Amino acid sequence: MDVYFHLTGHPGLDGIANGAIGGVLIGLAAGLLMLGNGRIAGISGFFAGMTGQVPPTWKEDFLFLLGLPVGGALFALWRGEPHLLLPDSPWLLASAGFLVGFGARMANGCTSGHTICGLARLSPRSLVATAIFMASAIATVAVEKWL
Amino acid sequence: MSRGTFVRLGIALVSGTLFGLGLAISGMIDPRKVLGFLDLFGAWDPSLIGVMVTAIPLTYLFYRLSGRRSASLTGRPFPPPPALPIDRRLILGAAIFGLGWGLAGLCPGPALEALAFDARAMVFVTAMASGMILHHAINRSRRP
Repeated sequence: MDVYFHLTGHPGLDGIANGAIGGVLIGLAAGLLMLGNGRIAGISGFFAGMTGQVPPTWKEDFLFLLGLPVGGALFALWRGEPHLLLPDSPWLLASAGFLVGFGARMANGCTSGHTICGLARLSPRSLVATAIFMASAIATVAVEKWL
Repeated sequence: MSRGTFVRLGIALVSGTLFGLGLAISGMIDPRKVLGFLDLFGAWDPSLIGVMVTAIPLTYLFYRLSGRRSASLTGRPFPPPPALPIDRRLILGAAIFGLGWGLAGLCPGPALEALAFDARAMVFVTAMASGMILHHAINRSRRP
């Protein structure tokens, strides 16, 4: 789970720096989608369009979603496969996925639409959503460790 | 396909690809990293603060720049300012989302990207689609 770019030699600072480099790309991505296409980069919303009433923008939404694994594959060609380890239990993955999907629709957005784009739009709704899902996720991790 | 549509599709693919690269470099694609960030009362890993510190202000700048124009580069108008209320749906939905996010350390973007590397991500993504379909079904039946 090491970082990819060792800029300072200090593991904690390098972690934040790698996060910041990734954040620049995410910001460019979200910015380009708005400036170019007039769209908020809301990943759960785009994905929901593939599962329900298909919106007229489905082709570009699908290509955006396709870009996510394409970006991952480009990264793998460049730096080797990214470190990632999914939880082992399929039950846990399934329940977590179900809650994420249901909750994202109910709240009308997820970490991309609310936390990145919504906060950049200075949306009070997105600030509330972000505060609540962060608190809820932090509490979940704390309870899980305690059990 | 008109040239405008073609450009729009290209922008969407490039944007998604940049987003995916960003998720990989930052470590957000790794559930362990995300769970470390959420483990505020344990061995907290602050790395993902870095993502927010750059991604949000940069997006804000692009949005400001967009706000000076009457329409996007491909001609589509910009979305109207957020108008929905802060209601029970938003609060309960965000709490449910957080529960799922904290359980597996995956949110929708990283989960879709992880499909390229681990077949188990399909379990999460399929369940996520089911959750959305169920929400859609409940919502439709409630409305007359």
